[in-house]
Amino acid sequence: MKESIKKPFYTDVLMAGFGGQGLMFIGKLLAFTAMKEKKNVTWIPSYGPEMRGGKANCTVVISDEEIASPVITSPHALIMMNNPSLEAFESMLKSGGVLIWNASLITKQIKRKNITAIPVRANELAAQVGGEKAANMVMLGAYIAYTGVLAKEAVVKALKEFLGAKKSHFFSVNVRAFEKGMECVANIR
Amino acid sequence: MEKRFMTGNEAIAEAAVQAGCRYFFGYPITPQSELPEYLARRLPEVGGCFLQAESEIAAIYMVFGAAGAGARVLTSSSSPGISLKQEGISYIAGAWLPCVIVNIMRGGPGLGGIQPSQSDYFQATKGGGHGDYRLVVLAPSTVQEAVNLTMEAFDLADKYRTPVMILGDGYLGQMMEPVEFKKRKQQSLPPKDWTLTGAKGRPRRIIKTLYLQPEILEQRNLTLNRRYQEIIKDEIRAETYLTEDAEVIIAAFGTVARIAKSAIRILREKGIKAGLVRPITLFPFPYQTFAQISDKIKKILVVEMNLGQMVEDVKLGVCGKAEVFFYGRTGGMVPSYDEIVVEVEKIVKEP
Repeated sequence: MKESIKKPFYTDVLMAGFGGQGLMFIGKLLAFTAMKEKKNVTWIPSYGPEMRGGKANCTVVISDEEIASPVITSPHALIMMNNPSLEAFESMLKSGGVLIWNASLITKQIKRKNITAIPVRANELAAQVGGEKAANMVMLGAYIAYTGVLAKEAVVKALKEFLGAKKSHFFSVNVRAFEKGMECVANIR
Repeated sequence: MEKRFMTGNEAIAEAAVQAGCRYFFGYPITPQSELPEYLARRLPEVGGCFLQAESEIAAIYMVFGAAGAGARVLTSSSSPGISLKQEGISYIAGAWLPCVIVNIMRGGPGLGGIQPSQSDYFQATKGGGHGDYRLVVLAPSTVQEAVNLTMEAFDLADKYRTPVMILGDGYLGQMMEPVEFKKRKQQSLPPKDWTLTGAKGRPRRIIKTLYLQPEILEQRNLTLNRRYQEIIKDEIRAETYLTEDAEVIIAAFGTVARIAKSAIRILREKGIKAGLVRPITLFPFPYQTFAQISDKIKKILVVEMNLGQMVEDVKLGVCGKAEVFFYGRTGGMVPSYDEIVVEVEKIVKEP
């Protein structure tokens, strides 16, 4: 996003999907990476009684300044994984903002006109690199490529640390999915 | 120092460990369960004891016991669970024992919901349990501040022999932010010459709250009150933000104060000079800050996640010198900065 490159740096993004689609994970990863890059950052989840299947969303704020509200009414960007999420959050997106939507699962028409909508066939692209469950990382890749909020290398480095030794076997498929998402946006542009 | 990325719940738990707390007694409840979960793993690493009690009531009396033995001890819960603990909290206050209690508030009354709320302000600051007692109540608004205040809470508890409450909302518990754990300067604290550690070789000590002679109970309560007066004299804390040139003030605590800061930035872009007063200690309350500010600023909007609780203390501070307005959301709804902007614009327009 052009406007987010202004000094001091500030951006925010809301991401949503079904519980289990890994939206909380990529939100935390994004925030963790930004922290490693010396930014101020907040990550705030929707929290509900259900562990999987229910609606899940989180909001990440990244800034050079002290972060005031971690709760965002009109985010600069949306990452939407499914129809119910799109329905719930499309109207909140800031004018001129970017909507990254999962074209593998979303069948609804995008209604907003004054925004940039980027379709990403996240589930297919993730399956191509050997892990359909990494569709979340495809979406994150698309977001990073489009916004340039953080460098690719920074995300990959942070991912390694974030997964830790216990989950290190997920590292390479996640990186491949992330790269696939980045390529997908490069192709659109 | 390396920053760690943690939820408020986990960060409060780690801060307690680093403040020397080795005992936790509690019972799980959303939205604070990550706090006991963290300590269940962490306390055994440092030779401490984590115990999930059979109920909140059992847990608070375990806290009573550990505090009486001189330990630094913590319990945490969320609104309905804190209500259950009130009897024990009154006993702990009456027995002059130090401990730290965390309340990560959710919507009430009753079981209510699990979304964020600030509707336990009255309960925390005006009593909660029965009797002439107070809690020191600290209200962090960021995860880092939650860490700093938790560490400080243990010192305050020991210094004044009183329970201290960390009062946060569901978002503070669930939110993740980078945090640093800086070692706190060693405080000079009074010796714990009242603990029950076995009376061999010394006169016996008694910790109790039953005093049937009113003359004695009155003296005990006056002693407690003298401590509260010292706390009021020395421990009041509040943050002011852009108040110097302000024409209107927002008063808010905890997460709402952060949302208000965003509203203030928007208002200033629109040419409305708004500022913020954020009480950090809810007891002792910064009445004086409001008294001073209302000498020159005549409009104050109090914003809370409840239907009007702290607003009563703001009015006591202002003492009729300024108009005090209120905006609140309840039941787990969170006021947005856009809503706050609209409210401020409304009151600024009023003659």
